[in-house]
Amino acid sequence: MNETTGKQGLSGNKGNHGVSRRAVLAGAGTVAAVAAIGFPNIVRAQSKTLKVGVYGGYFKESFEKHIFPDFSKASGITVEPVAEPTGEAWLVQLEQAARARQAPADVSMMSQVAMLKGMSAELWAPYDMSKLPNAAKVMPHLINKYPDGKVSGIGAVSWYITLVTNTKAYPQAPDSWAALWDPANKDKLGLLALVSNSFLLEVTAATFFGGTKHLDTEQGQLDCFKKLAELKNNVKLWYRDEAQFEAALKSGEIPMGQYYHDVTGLAAADGNPVRSTFPKEGGINDSGSWAISRASKAGDLAHVFVDYMCQPQVQALLSRKVGTAPTIDRKLTDLTDKEFAAVSSDIPPIIPRYDLYQAKSDWLNQKWTEMIVG
Amino acid sequence: MIRRAPRTLAEHSPILFPALMLVVFFVIPFSLMIAVSVFRRVPGGFYEPDFVFSNYERFLTTFFGGVMSFSLGLAALVAAMSVGIAFPFTYRLVRLPRVNQIRWLVFLLSILSLSEVIIGFAWSTLLSRTAGITNLFVALGLMSEPMALSPSFGALLAGLVYQAFPYTVLVLYPSLARFDPNLVEAARTLGASPLKSFLTVVVPGQRNTIVATTIMVFVFALGSYLLPQLLGKPQHWTLSVLITDQAIYQANMPFAAAMAVFLVLVSLALVGLALLAGRKEEAA
Repeated sequence: MNETTGKQGLSGNKGNHGVSRRAVLAGAGTVAAVAAIGFPNIVRAQSKTLKVGVYGGYFKESFEKHIFPDFSKASGITVEPVAEPTGEAWLVQLEQAARARQAPADVSMMSQVAMLKGMSAELWAPYDMSKLPNAAKVMPHLINKYPDGKVSGIGAVSWYITLVTNTKAYPQAPDSWAALWDPANKDKLGLLALVSNSFLLEVTAATFFGGTKHLDTEQGQLDCFKKLAELKNNVKLWYRDEAQFEAALKSGEIPMGQYYHDVTGLAAADGNPVRSTFPKEGGINDSGSWAISRASKAGDLAHVFVDYMCQPQVQALLSRKVGTAPTIDRKLTDLTDKEFAAVSSDIPPIIPRYDLYQAKSDWLNQKWTEMIVG
Repeated sequence: MIRRAPRTLAEHSPILFPALMLVVFFVIPFSLMIAVSVFRRVPGGFYEPDFVFSNYERFLTTFFGGVMSFSLGLAALVAAMSVGIAFPFTYRLVRLPRVNQIRWLVFLLSILSLSEVIIGFAWSTLLSRTAGITNLFVALGLMSEPMALSPSFGALLAGLVYQAFPYTVLVLYPSLARFDPNLVEAARTLGASPLKSFLTVVVPGQRNTIVATTIMVFVFALGSYLLPQLLGKPQHWTLSVLITDQAIYQANMPFAAAMAVFLVLVSLALVGLALLAGRKEEAA
């Protein structure tokens, strides 16, 4: 998926900045102790292995370093990490393997559009929520459900795309996404190049049409396309490659645009003249979910894993070490204001209309391409 | 050495290996692509085996026609410029002492080792407002303030020609190295200027090489999809960029395959036309 590609693309940057700079407050020991109490059945799980699919690159490395060892210690389950390829290739592989009753990974981190597509093929085994006491804390918009109400996915990680600026070119931070449309910003913007990873239709709807509900109808979608076409002259670069935009933002070549909140924060902490602003309309909140393949024979172990991942301590650890926003209410975690601000915001987010990218993807893509190319 | 046409299997055997490779690495993948291009796209899902032409129908619009003509025009321009620069360059190169020739060739080969990503980033930095070449012009008093030259059509063209140039030289080199210098000397003795002898003796003598090289660079440039994204504006995105979008980001394999098949057919047709035109001229 595109959002997958996005996070993978920026992984290199994060690696360079050294995430370890973020201090660990709750040590791994605490997590292990709490988790051990939480899992009395660990003996049963001894010598069992669980194949966990995570986005290859930065995510896989971070999880192998900060998450999986503690989980294995706490649960006795050995994790076999599987690097997921980008795009929807992983979904295709899981689906084809499931037809042959194979599961290349028991539980995988999936982007939201991939979740929906998998649901239409009933690829995901429904969760037994009674085995997931900690999942009750996960924010409702990060829970995926089948039409009959069964849960197909549980929020794994979430992150924000925000309005970013070069502080030298913009001494004053913009406070609204409307800044993208300001004629004064001609030739100054860097925006993501695809309809399904820039989420600019949602931004337009939230900024000018009172919310993403406006995208319910085709007329509403066309309104947003029309409004979006007005900012074309301001765009210098429609980027697919995050590194290209990040470099241009730092140097001031392209002083404004949309980018990942946590990475921009890391770049600023490194002394680069950049800032990330949560506009008053909200940042774009994208996320990945844990989903169990219906072909998996390790469903029980997968439940143990997903429940473990939903714990406040683990979510806090993810925020500190991996840079993702907590999938649960921040009040449940011990994140300080500063730590929380580094990965998230209290301003209500713009949540992408993933349903549209499943139901009308070809049409939206065609309209989008014609808009920016034409 | 067998002078007559090969008859037995043993005599045919030297060609079996390349034939096999051609089947495995070209015929089979291309057939698969043609097959997928008539499959049915399942919106919001994947694709199912079928026999429909809707993927081709979607392609036959003025929008994709425009992108297609731009891609072909760009590739032709890149080919013409690369050969236009590389031919005189190689002609001079083969006349240098051996040591200098080797130095140049090693230099060109080292450019080939650069990835497309590095070339794209290097050119976008070189043509940027903040760190680019215009700062030098400002320092020299040629310009009043630095400006961004990328992304633009010129930047894209520069990047593509830069990337194609070493290939072009390496393809032209063997043929030009074998070219008999006595022919030029004869022309000079008969009173032709160096330029005239180059244009009337060397260029016509190397016509087939030039045509073949131009076609090779044309096809090479047609497949480029990274540089247009890094150095061009959206209106400079080639059909290859849109194919990548469909295949990787939209998971719409049938449509991507249909576009790719169309691109291959059109370029094959153009190459055929070029060869045909060349043959007619020769006959005349």
